[in-house]
Amino acid sequence: MTKEIFYFLVFPGLLFAGVLGGFLSWFDRKITARVQFRQGPPLFQPLYDFVKLLAKETILPKYGSPLTFLLSPVFALAGATLAAVFILLPVLGIESGFSGDLLVIIYVLNIPSVTYIIGGLASGNPLAAVGSSREIKLILSYELPFLLVLTSIIIKSGMTINLREIIDVQIAQGANIGSLSGIFGFITILMCVQAKLGLVPFDMAEAEGEICDGIMIESSGSVLAIYKLVKYIMFLTLPALICGLFFSGLELSGINILWSILKVLLVVLLITLIRNTNPRVRIKQAMRFFWVWMNLFAVISIILSIIGV
Amino acid sequence: MGFKESCFKKSLWVYHLSAGSCNNCDIEILDCLTPRYDIERFGMKLVGSVRHADVLLVTGIVTKKTKPRVIEVYEQAPKPIVVIAIGACPCTGGIFASGYNFAGPLDKVIPVDLYIPGCPPKPEAMLAGIMKLLNK
Repeated sequence: MTKEIFYFLVFPGLLFAGVLGGFLSWFDRKITARVQFRQGPPLFQPLYDFVKLLAKETILPKYGSPLTFLLSPVFALAGATLAAVFILLPVLGIESGFSGDLLVIIYVLNIPSVTYIIGGLASGNPLAAVGSSREIKLILSYELPFLLVLTSIIIKSGMTINLREIIDVQIAQGANIGSLSGIFGFITILMCVQAKLGLVPFDMAEAEGEICDGIMIESSGSVLAIYKLVKYIMFLTLPALICGLFFSGLELSGINILWSILKVLLVVLLITLIRNTNPRVRIKQAMRFFWVWMNLFAVISIILSIIGV
Repeated sequence: MGFKESCFKKSLWVYHLSAGSCNNCDIEILDCLTPRYDIERFGMKLVGSVRHADVLLVTGIVTKKTKPRVIEVYEQAPKPIVVIAIGACPCTGGIFASGYNFAGPLDKVIPVDLYIPGCPPKPEAMLAGIMKLLNK
């Protein structure tokens, strides 16, 4: 029992994922600044933002449901922590996980997005409602290619739905990214992760110039702080999932620590470069992009992995 | 000075409110974001919603039409909030001080923490003013 609590609250869970995710979000902002020939924020900027937001006043919505508004960030944090634990335990090789944990991960990864929608609708702001509707459409768009890529990975690793066994197959036979089907799958899942994280070009749910931060418009103080913490955790969890599915996992022993850090930083760097070189697309364009092109890529990846390329 | 205050000073999120300006100060504020001045070094960034803001930048004279809106935006902001009057217009009224639609300088409407005069003030002047306020 104490071991599980330790897992959820300290090591791969809340504290570890929050601190490392904060570092990755600083890395993202710093790379963004360097791309734009700027200096960028200091290293502890995510910590300053988080503590400052915790200390500020929290304003409750007048024309909404205050209880739902306050509870939705808590559920988002719980979902993100669960996802971090279920993904990081097998990916880091601490525990082998259980059979079928990939299916649980698919569901748990959706909890933060769904709670953003509920929180946005509970705030009673029309712009938040617009943002929530866009987030719903975005979930409908990226979920199918995400599942298809996972299907391709499952077929490639001999019909196993255990994340640790997928990593073990990759350690024995070489990483999935080395094959043709893996490359198609990697491009697809990178775009899906971009949309799951809500980054440009798929940040239309919280477009700050257009609908004033959309789903986050009414959240202030500690509500916003917990949303930021959820974003930090997801910023570590999803690149770690990509590393587990395509780069044969992460290891925490000897020189392998360096390789693990480089793998995660490479994925985050790709996400950041995509975010800096693209404008925000409209929701219609995003849906067409995912339903036509990304599904096509994912189906090609499945066919190639059935052939065995 | 506690840890909370130092975090507040290192992470100021700025909300920009134009009360009726000629757009010149607004362009100078946007200059602060460019690579030459880069206020993100100090942890500042522009936010889209006043609920996230720590700093309220007000530009332009407060006209009779915008006065209730300025008060409403100030009341919507989560406290503590720093109000900065950018340019000659919110500080004193500037060349519009005798206009028929002038509703008084900004400090008659909401409490102001920092005045940065100029028409428009240079980005260096804004940064120097904010640094003086933070190191007070």
